[in-house]
Amino acid sequence: MELNLRKIAFQRRLEVLDMVYNHKSGHIGGSMSCMDTLVALYYKVMDVDKIHRGDPDRDRFILSKGHCAEAYYTVLADKGFFPKEELDTFTVFKTHLAEHPTYKIPGVEVATGALGHGLPIGVGMAIGLKKQYPNASVYVLMGDGEQAEGSIWEAYMAAAKYKLDNLVCIIDRNKLQISGGTEEVMPLENFEDKLEAFGFHVIKCPGNDGEAMAEALTTRVPGKPLAIIAETIKGYGSPVMEDKAPWHHAIPTAEQYEEIKRDLMKAVEEA
Amino acid sequence: MAMVSCRKAFTSTLLEMAKKDSSIWAIATDSRGSVTLSDFTKELPDQFVECGIAEQNAVGLAAGLSKTGKNVFVTGPACFLAARAYEQVKVDVGYNKTNVKIVGVSAGVSYGPLGCTHTTMHDYASMRALPGLTIAAPSDAVQTRWLTKLMAETPGPFYVRMGRGDVESVYDEGETFELGKAKTVCDGTDVTIIACGETVIHAKRAAELLSEQGVSARVLDMFTIKPLDAEAVKAACMETRGIVTVEEHSTLGGLGEAVAHVAAELAHVPVKMIGLPEEVIIGKSSELFEYYGISADNIAATAKNLIVR
Repeated sequence: MELNLRKIAFQRRLEVLDMVYNHKSGHIGGSMSCMDTLVALYYKVMDVDKIHRGDPDRDRFILSKGHCAEAYYTVLADKGFFPKEELDTFTVFKTHLAEHPTYKIPGVEVATGALGHGLPIGVGMAIGLKKQYPNASVYVLMGDGEQAEGSIWEAYMAAAKYKLDNLVCIIDRNKLQISGGTEEVMPLENFEDKLEAFGFHVIKCPGNDGEAMAEALTTRVPGKPLAIIAETIKGYGSPVMEDKAPWHHAIPTAEQYEEIKRDLMKAVEEA
Repeated sequence: MAMVSCRKAFTSTLLEMAKKDSSIWAIATDSRGSVTLSDFTKELPDQFVECGIAEQNAVGLAAGLSKTGKNVFVTGPACFLAARAYEQVKVDVGYNKTNVKIVGVSAGVSYGPLGCTHTTMHDYASMRALPGLTIAAPSDAVQTRWLTKLMAETPGPFYVRMGRGDVESVYDEGETFELGKAKTVCDGTDVTIIACGETVIHAKRAAELLSEQGVSARVLDMFTIKPLDAEAVKAACMETRGIVTVEEHSTLGGLGEAVAHVAAELAHVPVKMIGLPEEVIIGKSSELFEYYGISADNIAATAKNLIVR
């Protein structure tokens, strides 16, 4: 049965909205922008049964932009890694569901949250898997503001050196970070050229289109690591939040919550 | 007495084990020469990852590699691994509890004339404060070989630091040790000298000098810095009249303070720390040891003064 990735992504966004609003915590803007990537991976691209079983040849996913944990949690819960009711423990006393993924959460390969860590770990995983399990892929989802971390560029160099064609880097290119525009805070352009110069096969993809992302995510070029620049909109799903930097870490007011909820429900219906 | 460096004892043991066990991998940071990993890279290229001069990537990569079932040893100069990659050690190794062994070589003032950019006087302190790490500093080649085998057989994160130069053996070949337990180099009843790493040989010699002067010194090789053998420290407090600690590390936050942390709760005996100041002068490792009192003469004199005052 063909899944409606767009509908699923908006359903998950509604859950994110409730988590953020109810617990007055989280990073709603980035969670909304990267949701379609998560949905494409977990509902179409990766073999989730293998991940559930912990098979050694399973695909690996690393949320390097760990602050978008609530988006990740809604997907993990919906895919049965833990009961959906646990989403309501987001950031509460003694929970595992912190604002950044902890290692105790079923389905989470590594705890993340300090930026610039996911890709080196992913490169290590890809090296470890390449010969033994050539069909297993490693997916690392990063932020665009995160690209200022030097450790990422160390890892880009290593990924090319070791010809990691089992590694897929996804950069959630929403062009906003906590202080403002990425091009003002620390210019990244021409990002595509930079990645190509570092030895990557680069795909620019409409990042809020789950089907397009699924196609990009399954592209492989022998001998080359893949980088997908997912061109997204921060706060995607409601004009209240869309493309506005303060929504990196803002909490909706009661009125905003109602308005965003209406927008997202409408999007679910129309999808 | 055979003189062998700990780093060579480490790499030769690692190679020997890795030939029999393909899950053992080594990672270097343009440091295969300084770590003495060249033979490993030639003989087992498929179990080796060269990261170049990129310690953050090396430690993160090691964590990822370990997650695919490999037994990973990430190596390089301790001064860089323990500082440049500190956040990766904290998060990717310590917090995530990955099966990564971080082995820093040429630690302390091993690099001597290379100067303060290349000293490692902070790693016991910084690593002790991170949850999840076992921290050790072997005193000679015999202990290094034992420790290397133990690390390969023990899942979980380790930070181990060793020196650069050849060191005299403290132990006979085949000596056995227990992780987390101080090794009694010699027993004594008047004063206790607690040392670790390549200062232990000087503590042993100090005990010999003290013996000639009628002072009975106990020497403990506290090669496991974390978890510290608190029982051995308590016994020293109860059974001897003073403790001298000796380390190739700042006296802030290192072995001395770890020992004092235990001793303070008992408040029976004075603790005197011998170690390095905040910034060291330039000189050869041996000259710096002498200058800062990591010598048999100074350790013995310090111990004697402590119990006769």
